[in-house]
Amino acid sequence: MFDIVKEASGLVSHGVSACAGCGLELIIRNVLGVLGEDTTIVIPPGCSALFCGYGPNAGMRVSGLQGNLENTAAYAAGIKAGYAMQGNHHTTVLGFAGDGATVDIGIQSLSGVMERRDKVMYICYDNEAYMNTGIQGSSSSPVGAWTTTTPGGKPTRRKDLLRIAMAHDIPYCASASLANIPDLRKKVQKAKDTDGPSLLHIHCPCPTGWRYHPSKTIEVAKSAVQSGAWLLYEYCDGNITVNTKFKELKPIEVYFSLQGRFKGVNDEGMAEIQQQVKSQYEALLALAGLE
Amino acid sequence: MQRQQEKPTSKLRRFRLYGPCSHVFDASHTGSWRVERPDVAFDKCVKCGICATCCPANVITVDKGSAECVRIMWDYCKGCGICANECPQKAIAMIPERSVK
Repeated sequence: MFDIVKEASGLVSHGVSACAGCGLELIIRNVLGVLGEDTTIVIPPGCSALFCGYGPNAGMRVSGLQGNLENTAAYAAGIKAGYAMQGNHHTTVLGFAGDGATVDIGIQSLSGVMERRDKVMYICYDNEAYMNTGIQGSSSSPVGAWTTTTPGGKPTRRKDLLRIAMAHDIPYCASASLANIPDLRKKVQKAKDTDGPSLLHIHCPCPTGWRYHPSKTIEVAKSAVQSGAWLLYEYCDGNITVNTKFKELKPIEVYFSLQGRFKGVNDEGMAEIQQQVKSQYEALLALAGLE
Repeated sequence: MQRQQEKPTSKLRRFRLYGPCSHVFDASHTGSWRVERPDVAFDKCVKCGICATCCPANVITVDKGSAECVRIMWDYCKGCGICANECPQKAIAMIPERSVK
């Protein structure tokens, strides 16, 4: 960065035009706080493109590239290969994309990177719809969620990104959440130290799209973890570690009642979703070898 | 098209930068969005620093030494209220922006 107009205490500018209470802003500050200045970031169009800035102004002090929506991971792999040719093996190359740019549009390039074993770090912040273009449903939206393209609640289940990554048998992938920020920072450090592709899937509450008051961002994230709607686990060299284990999950109604997007779910649907969430949690425990 | 691509980097020719490229690290005045502002009761504060770690705009600093221990950069605070919601002591209240304390 050549001209610093306003100082900031971290690598990200304080005045970024993300919505008040945005979970993404907190995530990117923590991620870049761990990774440090020796990072090149690749950002597709989306909410995270706010941090690339507009025109000559940028919101981050690290070098970066705003790519296309479908090839974030391919860009990152190319940049890493270019650095390797120059003899630079220390710079972390980070792809930072939303759920739409990862599980819908960009999954082919991400799959290619995981298959080729490029040493690229990829972060998917999951706000469970296309929030930047006006809350259209993505394949990561949960069952029953209202979006502008699923006005009666989404009928189908979400795509499980981490299972896809585990099927590629990459060295490190994990899910993280704003409910536990120290855990999130620890996982970013682990992903940085991994020799090979690493993937983080981070739950990112969005006050605008999920229809809740901006002050409840962390409360919603905590509720998602406690009710089992978002499971925290990591996959490292073939072993699954479940980070948060519960004797009993909290009822999913608690999580749903905090948000406006689940207002259309009736009692019957709620019981069905509760059953699905419970079976998913049990399936994860079985996969990790802890019954 | 050619002129448009050269425009933002015309000053930076000495760095051999071509194409559209951002080179200014700037911040918008997001404090003007604020409808409610956090008001800290310093006598209740236990200086745990949870508000500082939870703030999305990273504008809160907790200074353990001074009496007014929580400092907020008013130029950038958007008034989201996460600090007030997460404070374990309930020492932060959200009050309307133009009210006098």
